[in-house]
Amino acid sequence: MTLIDKKLNRRSFLKVSTLAGGGMILSFSWLAGCKPTAEEVLTMPDEWFEINSYIKIGENGAVTLFNPNPEFGSNVKTSLPMLLAEELDVDWKYVFVEQADFYPERFDRQFTGGSQGIRSGWKPLRTAGATARHLIVAAASQAWNVPADEITTNAGTIEHKSSGKKAGYGEMASLAGTLEVPDPESVKLKEIADFKIIGNSKKNVDGIKIVTGKPMFALDHKVEGMKYAAIVHPPAFGMKLKSFDKSSVTSLPGIQDAFEVKVFKDDYSRNFFDTTTFPEIIAIVGNSTWEVLQAKKSLKAEWEKAPESTFPMAGRGGQAMDIKVPEGLENSSSHKEKMAEYITKPGNVLRKDGDPEGAFKSAARVLERTYSAPFLAHNTMEPMNAFADVKGDKAIIYAPTQAPELIRQTISSSLGIPLENVQINLARMGGGFGRRAYSHHLTEAALISQKIQAPVKMVYTREDDMSAGVYRPTYAATYRAALDGNNNLLALHVKAGGIPESPIHANRFPAGAIDNYLAEGWQIESNITIGAFRAPRSNFIAGAEQSFLDELAEEMGKDPIDFRLELLKRAETNPVGENNDYDPKRYAGVLELVREKSNWSSVPNGVSRGVSAYFCHNSYVAEVVDVSIKDNQPVVESVFAAVDCGIVVNPDAAANMGEGAIVDGIGNAFFGEMAFENGAPTKTNFDKYRMIRHSEAPKKIEVHFVDNKEDPTGLGEPLFPPVFAALGNSLYRATGKRLYEQPFQPQIMQMENLRM
Amino acid sequence: MAQFNLNINGNSMNVDVDPNTPLLWVLRDHLDLVGTKFGCGIAQCGACTVHVDGEAVRSCSYPVSVIEDKKVVTIEGLSETGDHPVQKAWLEHDVPQCGYCQSGQIMSAAALLKKNPTPNDEDIANAMNGNICRCGTYTRIKAAVKTASQSL
Ligand code: FES
Ligand code: FES
Repeated sequence: MTLIDKKLNRRSFLKVSTLAGGGMILSFSWLAGCKPTAEEVLTMPDEWFEINSYIKIGENGAVTLFNPNPEFGSNVKTSLPMLLAEELDVDWKYVFVEQADFYPERFDRQFTGGSQGIRSGWKPLRTAGATARHLIVAAASQAWNVPADEITTNAGTIEHKSSGKKAGYGEMASLAGTLEVPDPESVKLKEIADFKIIGNSKKNVDGIKIVTGKPMFALDHKVEGMKYAAIVHPPAFGMKLKSFDKSSVTSLPGIQDAFEVKVFKDDYSRNFFDTTTFPEIIAIVGNSTWEVLQAKKSLKAEWEKAPESTFPMAGRGGQAMDIKVPEGLENSSSHKEKMAEYITKPGNVLRKDGDPEGAFKSAARVLERTYSAPFLAHNTMEPMNAFADVKGDKAIIYAPTQAPELIRQTISSSLGIPLENVQINLARMGGGFGRRAYSHHLTEAALISQKIQAPVKMVYTREDDMSAGVYRPTYAATYRAALDGNNNLLALHVKAGGIPESPIHANRFPAGAIDNYLAEGWQIESNITIGAFRAPRSNFIAGAEQSFLDELAEEMGKDPIDFRLELLKRAETNPVGENNDYDPKRYAGVLELVREKSNWSSVPNGVSRGVSAYFCHNSYVAEVVDVSIKDNQPVVESVFAAVDCGIVVNPDAAANMGEGAIVDGIGNAFFGEMAFENGAPTKTNFDKYRMIRHSEAPKKIEVHFVDNKEDPTGLGEPLFPPVFAALGNSLYRATGKRLYEQPFQPQIMQMENLRM
Repeated sequence: MAQFNLNINGNSMNVDVDPNTPLLWVLRDHLDLVGTKFGCGIAQCGACTVHVDGEAVRSCSYPVSVIEDKKVVTIEGLSETGDHPVQKAWLEHDVPQCGYCQSGQIMSAAALLKKNPTPNDEDIANAMNGNICRCGTYTRIKAAVKTASQSL
């Protein structure tokens, strides 16, 4: 048994009470035992890592566990309750999982993102489960008049062996509900070796609902008297609404009204996740989705260029700063020119070890390469949408959002109603990938409902969704390596930037492994809005770094895995500099595991392979991609991934997540691209924006987990960043050409006679 | 507006809608059959796939006026209790992530297996290429189609 190591915060609580119909409910809220660095989760406030949940045990023994986090497909709705169930010691068969809706008082810190669901829930949820078990045991001890430490539990039953007394949890639950909650610091957690649920795959608790098409998404929601709304936003970044002719649509069948919606109050200090490309849009309200979608096409609106503007944004300490939105209609071609210019200029020094300038001067040879990638649209399968019912000073919202807490403040301000009167119910999300951390769609629906004084369901078309911004930024990175006459690595220099942010993680590998190291960043401002996208920044820089290391290894005549392991050995035994934010041993561990699992040195006939490894969200991943060339096209035959994310709670679901991240990475590396002409996105639907499809997915994916006893870390994101380089490096071996620019597919099309 | 009598999942249903209304929105807004999803509206993603006389069609691009007396089956009507071999195989492989694309995937797979009970990888890819899964569950989809094929 281990005592939990956790400092309780003032706002934490554990509360037990009896249920109306008999049984007990344990509710709790406390700060998570671990906090990700600000870099990993952008500027999420620490409080988001509070965990809130419930355990209900009915008199009949049925156990209901509430999933506190919004579900977007990472399966937290199954895996978080597994943590509770493990320590509670119940049979998973009798566990019911409910989605915790957003209740202002109880679930006030819910967030899905930053791959932190399991990591932050690990100790709090287990402690809660153990506390509930403790209460059941204490109740039995009282009821049977035997010492608590002689009572054992097993799969939802309690037993006192020497007296032969036995009961189900349900029989003790009502009594347990009247007892004093123990000090959580004194509640003991199971030893890892005693786990029965954690580490054993459990099926998705919503599987049957999904395969039978039950309503689960906000888009499926309907209430009596509900209206439907569509929106029309400016056609380009840098444009705004001038005027529109309401009568162009209100005479159409089924159309009730059309009006302007202003998302923010003028003086509202936005928060970091309030990103909204078009704060003024037109709403069209009517009797059915099809009618409002049709009316969109007939709407006569005039748009004009938006002048440079600013808006107030609340900083971390509460002080507001003015954020500038530049004017202008931007183009991808001019983006490229500007980036090429910044590549040649000095950047901001983010980290410097040793004497990189001197080393480059004395180098016998310098290898320099520049990598780039375009903007990406998230393209969640379910477009942005929200249901809202605003009556008087109360609002009920039902919507897909990764971060209900922050948007609640915005909605309260925009509607002009008290914060506590805004109730956000959490719908299952048809994908998130970071996009739904930005929840202005909720505010829009709420404002529409307030205006028409009726419940409304607002839906974006795919075109609205794809052209509304909040993209993954476009980036470029230049890597330089200085080699001496004997091919020894003297120095490494990385300079990377983007529009509008730099992708650099200056303290990550290979920092710490090279004596002379320089990292610089740059950024170019833009009015194109960006947002977190599966593994922000890592999703580009990993591809650049790991492609460069591959080429460097080749220049140095080394095996790419051996070369990385040598660097990691150096970082482990004699690290350079400070604040290296990775564990070189665990990093090396995944490379060794992928070498073994892919049978690295015996490459199958007709196959070319590439490797890559990266660390983010506290997890380590190495991947090997095998490609072949068929009919002049690359085919991804297999992908092998080795993952160290600590203890894996739900292995099959974790593998599914990993496979998805790999497919996502291969898709974006080959095809992903958003471009602009005169401020307008050039792609607005799947006919032009190419998504990876069934036939392009790897034929086989193996996800292997390092078996260790470390506390769990992130999983939803870490398998994504390394794929880009593993694919690029394998394509190089297949084609003889290094790919420096994403997406790869257009360049592959230009290569004639691909080598077989 | 016009009256249409539709045969959906074996039931006769009446709607009064604009004849150009796509079947997708008739199902979702007028008949409360919301298992069929909206993804793109232009027959590019497959989220809205249903069966019309046994053929997998994209209901977002299928006007209600052309259905006439054809039989429409949606995910809700694929089986009584979710025990169609394709649904069972989907559960066995725990295919879904967010789940949004999956009713369309299942309808495409069921239509494929009806025509070709023993598809090879290429047949599966051809039949399933119109269904995007943003979460990237393709390898599981392929495995589940094969499992379903064996249990037919
Ligand atoms: S919604 Fe019909 S194919 Fe996408
Ligand atoms: S499971 Fe999410 S889109 Fe397919």
